[in-house]
Amino acid sequence: MSEQALTGIKVLEFANLVSGPYCGKLFAELGAEVIKIELPVKGDDARRRKPFAGNTPGLERSGLFSYLNSSKMGITLDPKTQKGRSIFLELIKDADILIENNAPMEMERMGLTYEILEKVNPRLIMTSITPFGQTGPYRDYKAMELNIYQGSGYGMISTACFQEPVPTPIKAGGRQSEFGTAQAAAVATMCGIHARDVIHAGQHIDIAMLELMAGQTESSLQHWVLAENEMGGISDPVVQPICPLPCKDGYFFLMCVEDHQYDKFINMIGNPEWNNSELFANRFARAQYVDALIPLLSEWTMEHTKQEIFDMGQAAHVPLAPAYNSEEVVNDPHLAARKYFQEIDHPVIGKAQYPGAPYRLSETPWRVRSPAPLLGQHNREIYGNRLGYSEQELIILSQSGVI
Amino acid sequence: MNKMALEGITVADFGQAWAGPHFGRTLADMGARVIKIESQRRMDVIRGLPPWPKDTVPTPNNSGYYNWLNRNKLGVTVNLTTPRGVELVKEILKICDVLVENFSRGVMEKYGLDYESVKKINPNIIYVALTAFGSDGPYKNYVMYGRPQIYISGLAEVTGHPEIPPHPINISWGDPVGAHHATFAMLSALHYRKKTGKGQHIDLSQWEGLINLTPENIMDYTLNKHVRTRQGNRHDFIAPHNAYKCGGGDLKWVTIAVENDAQWQKLVAIMGNPEWANDEKYADSLNRWKNQEEMDRHIESWTSTFDHYEIAHMLQKEGIAAFPTLSNRELTEDPHLNQRGFFQVIDHPDPEMKGKKYDGILWKMSKTPGKIRHRAPFPGEHNRYVFGDLLGMPQEEIDRLTEEKVLY
Repeated sequence: MSEQALTGIKVLEFANLVSGPYCGKLFAELGAEVIKIELPVKGDDARRRKPFAGNTPGLERSGLFSYLNSSKMGITLDPKTQKGRSIFLELIKDADILIENNAPMEMERMGLTYEILEKVNPRLIMTSITPFGQTGPYRDYKAMELNIYQGSGYGMISTACFQEPVPTPIKAGGRQSEFGTAQAAAVATMCGIHARDVIHAGQHIDIAMLELMAGQTESSLQHWVLAENEMGGISDPVVQPICPLPCKDGYFFLMCVEDHQYDKFINMIGNPEWNNSELFANRFARAQYVDALIPLLSEWTMEHTKQEIFDMGQAAHVPLAPAYNSEEVVNDPHLAARKYFQEIDHPVIGKAQYPGAPYRLSETPWRVRSPAPLLGQHNREIYGNRLGYSEQELIILSQSGVI
Repeated sequence: MNKMALEGITVADFGQAWAGPHFGRTLADMGARVIKIESQRRMDVIRGLPPWPKDTVPTPNNSGYYNWLNRNKLGVTVNLTTPRGVELVKEILKICDVLVENFSRGVMEKYGLDYESVKKINPNIIYVALTAFGSDGPYKNYVMYGRPQIYISGLAEVTGHPEIPPHPINISWGDPVGAHHATFAMLSALHYRKKTGKGQHIDLSQWEGLINLTPENIMDYTLNKHVRTRQGNRHDFIAPHNAYKCGGGDLKWVTIAVENDAQWQKLVAIMGNPEWANDEKYADSLNRWKNQEEMDRHIESWTSTFDHYEIAHMLQKEGIAAFPTLSNRELTEDPHLNQRGFFQVIDHPDPEMKGKKYDGILWKMSKTPGKIRHRAPFPGEHNRYVFGDLLGMPQEEIDRLTEEKVLY
């Protein structure tokens, strides 16, 4: 196997659900060795999250878990036990990186703070991902995806551009804040790796989901600070059409920022006479009369499918795209031509298609090395072969709930 | 002075709008030397986008959007339609470790600045191309913006209320997602280069990056042929799990998520044990999930008499996940974010822009903290520094090239 960009980097992942594990996955698939630590018996909570293969729950059947943890090794360990904690510290000695997303209070209780780990391994980079960070008045507050996504500004922003009365703020599908923070944590951790060449030491990285999301609201905060425009900050577009439109089999999104884009769209739909009206003479006028414009555009769009509109629109250089559902994403010809989806053969789930490489590196390609580990799959390899525990010792450690 | 994580790394930033400049900003915040390359002929589009200070005339330098994304960078202006301009950019590229661009496909090639050409003058460069659809495949030349991208990623289909169209999020979410994926890939490639001396090309499709962030939606189809759609704020199995209207104005909400029976009992107690809450219909997780619409109306009748922060603090005290749905103003005033030093004031010569607060560094590094060193550059502000001090060009030549609209 050819060398990858991160071959030789050793990562310990003591993390649950999405924000830590997606970070670990990014490292694993560029070649780092990632050892995932799960609690004995229970395992990562993602094992209990949908979708399940065949719609049947089971610790080894979650598609979410299986996606997030491919290319990693998996061991079970309870660092709350005394022996478990000492094994954790043994593993830390040999690691470049620790990725964790436990509550700060939990890490303190287990005696696994950075101050302690730094003494065991001064070159360790410890990346802590939490909803609110390691300091501040909300440090110990709990939050799920819903709370962070909406709390960060994205909730209020979601209420703009639609209708009266203002609809209840929504959360984007899935776990965008957790994934977004995971990515940023991976960037931050790599900054830590490069910083080792500058300061010759490891360090602690504190990344808060709330800050990460609030810091990515497309300058929404400056809409308040500079322009004194409260609420989401992103208000109704000043030019139109920038909106969803209905069509024969669903919706598509039309985004005519410039007049020439709208002209191309109008030309594509056969230059209807109504468009000669002054009301639609330019993009600012169209914003003023968008309520009249949408039904007129819909007369044509309702006669066509989203695929037809996508093909015709893009051929005419109009920025628009269909509202794909999952089936349409999976069957898209462009993604197929780029071989984006990745088949993984998992011992319980079997063969299935997974989202694939988020980037193409010409010299050191992204690669899935193995399916996600079964619970405790690599205990023997790590504890036995690497740390030198005997078969008998492993049995005792397992019986006593340490591993 | 603290050392910075990425000091010693030089980046040529051809970024436009959000994704490209976000990539450069992250590196600059962490200490890299980032040279933003523009031309007066074709300035970064976000110099012309809101927000601007209230009651002021927009200039190329007072957009909040532009200033938010380009702090800590050096700015040069080079006219790429002149052969001399392209040569000058190549001189910059000789001292760079990284190049990032997010033009439409073909633009860099047109100027002779595609990877193959750049490799000839700097064989070890890491060249990052951020595009909507990637560098090959049938849609490679399609025109795209952030909101339609949310649509085609499948994310809009599972976002929002079932009774209204798929929701475009109202933010170009694919941009920071693409930028962070690209930054991680680049920093990994840089690590590889330190060991082997080899540079490489990184091709990133923002569309694919977004799909990576929606495995629940994609894999429910690939595993079960189940096509998901919008479900408001509902969770797969937890209820209550929603945004609830609060008092103190039309636009105040709090989000609450109750994970189990014990938390539910605590919530009922905080609400003052209302009669409705003791109904069999809400006695266990399954019943609460099945009857959540009605339950949410009851809960909202309670939340609507309180401030959203007040509810969140009351519930958090009992270990229940709750948080106010904050506006941009509330975020800038939030005590937690302020105490953590999340905001930083950036100095600016324009009195309307002076002393304004910006959302700051996205993560805290204990020994090499990121920082905002200076504001975003004016067009060509660092021509003299970059071409004179860094590349050793005589002052008269810089003046002449400026006159001839090559440094322009």
